[in-house]
Amino acid sequence: MAKPGKKKVTQNEPASRGDFVTIYVMGEAYSVPRDLTIMKAMEYAGYRFIRGCGCRGGFCGACGTVYRTRDSYKLKVGLACQTVVEDGMFLTQIPFYPANKKNYEINQLTPDTQVLVRFYPELLRCIACNSCTKICPQDIDVMGYIQAAIRGDIARVADMSFDCIMCGLCASRCPAEIVHYNVGLLARRLYGAKIAPRAGHLARRLKEIAEGRFEPGLDKLIRMDEKELARLYYQERDIEPDVT
Amino acid sequence: MYPESMLESIRRLEATRGERLKQGKIPLLDAEAKKALLKSFHPDYIETSMRALQVGPNRGERTPLEIADLLEAWPVVDPKRFDPDNPKFSVDVLVIGGGGAGVAAALMAQEQGASVLLTTKLRLGDANTMMAQGGIQAADKENDSPERHYLDVLGGGHFKNIPALVRALVTDAPAVIAWLEELGVMFDKTDDGTMITIHGGGTSRKRMHACRDYTGAEIMRTLRDEFKNRGIPALEFCAAVELLTDDSGACAGAAFVNLDTNELFTVRAKTVILATGGCGRLHIQGFPCTNHYGATADGLVLAYRAGARLVFMDTIQYHPTGVAYPEQIVGQLITEKVRGLGAHLVNVLGNRFIYELESRDITASAIIRECTERKNGVLTPTGRLGVWLDTPLIEMLKGEGAVKKNLPAMYHQFARFGIYMDKEPILTYPTQHYQNGGVLINDQGETGVKNLYAAGEVAGGIHGRNRLMGNSLLDILVFGRRAGRSAAEKARKLTGDKRAGFKHLIEFEAQLKSAKVPRSRRAPMLFPEYRRPQLQTPFAFANL
Repeated sequence: MAKPGKKKVTQNEPASRGDFVTIYVMGEAYSVPRDLTIMKAMEYAGYRFIRGCGCRGGFCGACGTVYRTRDSYKLKVGLACQTVVEDGMFLTQIPFYPANKKNYEINQLTPDTQVLVRFYPELLRCIACNSCTKICPQDIDVMGYIQAAIRGDIARVADMSFDCIMCGLCASRCPAEIVHYNVGLLARRLYGAKIAPRAGHLARRLKEIAEGRFEPGLDKLIRMDEKELARLYYQERDIEPDVT
Repeated sequence: MYPESMLESIRRLEATRGERLKQGKIPLLDAEAKKALLKSFHPDYIETSMRALQVGPNRGERTPLEIADLLEAWPVVDPKRFDPDNPKFSVDVLVIGGGGAGVAAALMAQEQGASVLLTTKLRLGDANTMMAQGGIQAADKENDSPERHYLDVLGGGHFKNIPALVRALVTDAPAVIAWLEELGVMFDKTDDGTMITIHGGGTSRKRMHACRDYTGAEIMRTLRDEFKNRGIPALEFCAAVELLTDDSGACAGAAFVNLDTNELFTVRAKTVILATGGCGRLHIQGFPCTNHYGATADGLVLAYRAGARLVFMDTIQYHPTGVAYPEQIVGQLITEKVRGLGAHLVNVLGNRFIYELESRDITASAIIRECTERKNGVLTPTGRLGVWLDTPLIEMLKGEGAVKKNLPAMYHQFARFGIYMDKEPILTYPTQHYQNGGVLINDQGETGVKNLYAAGEVAGGIHGRNRLMGNSLLDILVFGRRAGRSAAEKARKLTGDKRAGFKHLIEFEAQLKSAKVPRSRRAPMLFPEYRRPQLQTPFAFANL
């Protein structure tokens, strides 16, 4: 590189031109540098994303992509922003998949063993085919948490589904038409709101704030000039040691 | 998998690990040393990277070239093509932006009884909020207080922050955490419910709350679910390209493009909340960025044209630790939590060179100094430079499995490329991360334009010249909630029946003309351009 600050957008420049592979975007062939992610390769090929592109960092689930490679019957999957192209890759993005979501008031619910099945009775149609787990780009044991949901183990569903980015690929493959990620979402909210114990220190702090306990101190601080603040900051501020 | 050329340096790093473990904390820099380091190495101090604006409320103020090019630009759609007299929707409160600030604002406005419409140019929840990994600050532990939090925020911002905004930030923080807890956000807690909190850069108490390393994602997916449960209407893939104002200059709605169909339409509203996020995708000074695809400063452009003042536009935050290898994910975020958990920053020789939890501008400058002036950077096969983050240390400090447990997203991201960060270090270099400044607001989220509010990264003043980790997830919720409430209250007092249009653009365009701004310069940008030059075409709806 390029000293930082000297070069214009480096985002999509291949490391070495001349080293190309052929990919097929919805059947159309494009020659693209071999070291690019699917997303950058599609942009190199001339696509300007409106759908199918989000955080570009593997967190948002907008760019779920399915593909096949030469000489293999297997349907593979990846996030376009995190998966590097391969020669002969046949791909399409699935930026949207219709999904069934129930509405609820989370604090009106009881976290019993039936609540997940009550909202999503199609859970019981699971035939344990494992298609959801196989397609998950986050390597989540999706079928495992669906089985836990059927058993009514909310805490286990919440924990196992935690890395879900809600890309929807599981739902696209499910023969039982389950929308797995909405089950996980409900379980996590139930766990957070109803099962995990509330933080006692937080409630105490809220009470102190409501009583105006910190107001005099803050009144003083907001009137301080830069010099006084700097003195406090550099000379009187003690730092909590890292060891617990 | 690392190439042989980088392994030699890894061996040096491994050789010094034992000694570094015993070394203890590197002392914090004093005020003078900080100033000198920033001046010589922080990108904000490169003279030629900014210019004085020639138009608008901030005329004469130095602004990064990439942002100035958008503020000094013509409308992307000819305003005459819109029909403000026949809006497609009329609501009390219009929220532009579907990230954490926008959704929090919409929830609060709806609770106040207002009719609300939320719009976003991508999907609901597509925002930097989703990508925030490390945590959210709040002074809710016994050894901590809002006053301590206040002083930390001010020190991080070099004492330039707007005091009333910081006061609102630190006072509302515990209430925000309680609100999230109530909504079912799964914070990291001990068995008795105590929040597990750690340090972030610039904190004097451990007040960083987290949800593994998916903190923002967990907050965003919970807020989005709540939003959907309440049946609040949202328009996705509809981009705001202009605000509407009435004859008095007050904001009265906005003009939109449906990005799927190219339909142009307007929305009338009594009050408008801008929650459009920041500017990472402008790639200031050519830096890669950690930001979402939609972070193109649209809200700054819209507000500026309507007459809103901006503040601290001459300061951009470069996150100290962006990915420097592998090439495919260069610039993506390596959360500060990695350093919070104890990983050292180490140069090519295997030595530490700065206390890892200095504030972000200081740490980033120190890494740049290490790689440029001191020539102690590690070279990658594509010619980039970086320094190591010694992540296997976390396993030694916090126990085996600590990396996977606390940093599952990070672990997964590197494992895809055959790098296992519980066993090998990872290479980092500063990356464009955050817009410290933005539209000036007061502590209710009001901007300088009547009936126009702003919340989240588009707003400025809270963080002064440098934001601390964990205060952005906090600020979007504190000010999103405040803006939502006060915009709804204000709407109750307004009739919303004045004629509205684009009168504010007449004066603004006259200024563009006398400044000789070329007609080819258009804004808002909406999306960054990553196609090859020969394949680039304007949007179908754009003016030709």
